[in-house]
Amino acid sequence: MDQPSHFKLKNNYPAGGVREIPISGYDDFYSFVTDGLKDEARHCLAYYGIKTQDSLKLYCFLADDPSGNIEVAAYETGTLNPVLRSAADLFPQLSVFEREINENFGVVFEGHPWMKGVRFPHNRRDKSKTMENYPFYGIESEELHEVGVGPVHAGVIEPGHFRFICNGEKVLHLEIQLGYQHRGTEDLFLSKNTPLQRCILAESIAGDTAVGHSLAHTQLIESLTGLEPGEALQIERCVALEMERIAVHIGDTAALCGDVAYQLGQVVCEAIRTRVINTTQLWCGNRFGKGLIRSGGSNFPLSEETAAEIIKMTDFVDRQFSGITECIYSSPSVLARFEDIGTVTGTQARQIGAVGIAARTCGMARDVRKTHPFQYFRNFAVNPAILETGDVLARGMIRKLEVRESLRIIRELLEVWAGKDKDTGKPDYSYKLKPGAFSVSVVEGWRGEIVHSCETDAKGNLVHYKVKDPSVHNWMALALAVRSQEISDFPVCNKSFNLSYCGHDL
Amino acid sequence: MIRELAILARHGHQSVKDLRTQPVSPLFRGRPVIAEGITTRDIREAAAVCPVSAINNDSGAIDLGRCLFCGECSFLKPGAIKFTNDYRIAVNDRGGLIVKPGADARIRLDETKVRKEIRELFRGSLKLRQVSAGGDNSCEMELGASGNVNFDMGRFGIEFVASPRHADGIVITGPFTANMAEALRLTYDAVPFPKIIVLAGTDAISGGIFNGSPALDRSFLNNHPVDLYVPGNPAHPLTFINGLMDLLGIR
Ligand code: SF4
Repeated sequence: MDQPSHFKLKNNYPAGGVREIPISGYDDFYSFVTDGLKDEARHCLAYYGIKTQDSLKLYCFLADDPSGNIEVAAYETGTLNPVLRSAADLFPQLSVFEREINENFGVVFEGHPWMKGVRFPHNRRDKSKTMENYPFYGIESEELHEVGVGPVHAGVIEPGHFRFICNGEKVLHLEIQLGYQHRGTEDLFLSKNTPLQRCILAESIAGDTAVGHSLAHTQLIESLTGLEPGEALQIERCVALEMERIAVHIGDTAALCGDVAYQLGQVVCEAIRTRVINTTQLWCGNRFGKGLIRSGGSNFPLSEETAAEIIKMTDFVDRQFSGITECIYSSPSVLARFEDIGTVTGTQARQIGAVGIAARTCGMARDVRKTHPFQYFRNFAVNPAILETGDVLARGMIRKLEVRESLRIIRELLEVWAGKDKDTGKPDYSYKLKPGAFSVSVVEGWRGEIVHSCETDAKGNLVHYKVKDPSVHNWMALALAVRSQEISDFPVCNKSFNLSYCGHDL
Repeated sequence: MIRELAILARHGHQSVKDLRTQPVSPLFRGRPVIAEGITTRDIREAAAVCPVSAINNDSGAIDLGRCLFCGECSFLKPGAIKFTNDYRIAVNDRGGLIVKPGADARIRLDETKVRKEIRELFRGSLKLRQVSAGGDNSCEMELGASGNVNFDMGRFGIEFVASPRHADGIVITGPFTANMAEALRLTYDAVPFPKIIVLAGTDAISGGIFNGSPALDRSFLNNHPVDLYVPGNPAHPLTFINGLMDLLGIR
């Protein structure tokens, strides 16, 4: 009988033993990945390498949406200089993962379309490649010109470099080079090894997604320790996650309005966002929810009074945000700047493995809250909005629809919460991780799916920690969106995705 | 049109009237107060829980340049360490961020160390260029919020500008990544003299939780004096604006 080629697990369920992942030869590993991805209901959650003494272990995680299973397969190279066949030529969504494995370990992927650096990490294999000497893609032509933007941008935002090749005003090609924000985060999970330090690292991966990333981390730890969050705590975490979502979506709506000089939309949305994040501050003392999510319990169990304030906040947002979005999305001057601008097609989105709002605006029903549910979403149905047009307008509109849905979720969850035992408990900072285990944790943050995974050694020490921010996939969507657009539409395209630099660079 | 007017009416006046005294929610963690008689044992236990070694093991003083305001020390020792709502904690002297046991006075700038030209030239108009060197985007968003309809620092002529050539100084966020070292230097050099340097957020002041990472390069600070340290994780808009007001001598 054939050995099974892979191991199956569920999001945020008790961890598996590392030994349970069958180690295949590369041919089998390759077919696991490529056969698996032929089914469009699957996509690659994570694909990374772990270095051992004189070998590399590659792990690939595929998410199968209809079954809610996560399938994982492994391959051991047996050498530190392997030459492997690339699968990125068939499935571009794998490109970024193969590039990362190449950059970190020097694995050669034959047939990879464009083996460029991902983030120039401090421990990259080839130190002679630097941010400064990176050779950008160029096209020789008398007619074309290049425009370089960044790393320092005009606004108060994070750094990254955008290199446009333009024909007059029209963008032929955009290359996005990141890495400026690289802080060595993944390694720090191993060296800063108290439970509290890890929580704080997780909430600093991307400060605009403090709740999303710290929840992904906390779930991962809980699945490796057997800590079980009670139902009230699970609900509180979901409420915090949805508050983060609406705060950012409203802030993004303000920024989109600002870019097209619709001042009323900008200032009204700014004020609504302030109310939301001040409510988060009321709950936990921090406007971004830093400190709110902790493994095993909470320092800020929700009180009746705070819950009442959250409900009041939802009423306020409902009234103000639906009013202003009606104005925004019926104003001809706004629509002219949003409609048919920066379009990503459904085919492109599927190919690059788009996630989150970038996927849901291209007709893809990809939402981890529904397909691989976590926390109280396992008992509570979420109805993700799906739009088809893939343009700036769709990415604006979906924020409006998602805010509405999140308000419903918050209200209904708080009703359920009211009837539960408030069994939150204090955080657990003395946990021991299961030895020889691995786990994977996925959370639908406001940008899309956040994936954390890790592995422990025979003593229960972390030997590997991996983070994937949704931006890792979606930056490619931005590069495709601006093709054949006016370069002057770049800012509004960029805002419509609002991707993370630090989440990508780690 | 009527619809827009109705929204404007409901929007009302959003700007914070008095940025010096604006109340914040009770749980907000600003300046800590450490009990005068805190025991050696409490100090040791609090220091052991601190994720960033912000608590001095011997004196029990908290260094706000390292503190991430996670509150854990105060949850562990509620009788000995308390965080007040006081958000006016920015200083121009690094030593001013050390809060000793028994101290419960407002943290103030060292007036003798404020460069004369700062108040002469920038008091009515201060243009700043922001550089994020590994910032996690929460500090960047709070700096952005400092100019929004609520906090409106533009009322003092303070604003962020697109080019370093138009700026009177830079505001740095993040723990100083090595991959940004060159761009940071170029941006600073592009700002005309005289110019100021502001560090916003604990990550910028000490590296925060990233302190010690081999991916950082903090050498910029070796030969560039800092004019204002704004602690916080992230720095609250009220902390940032109050710090600048103090630096510029605005009442
Ligand atoms: S609040 Fe500050 S001093 Fe206290 S434990 Fe957290 S980081 Fe350390």
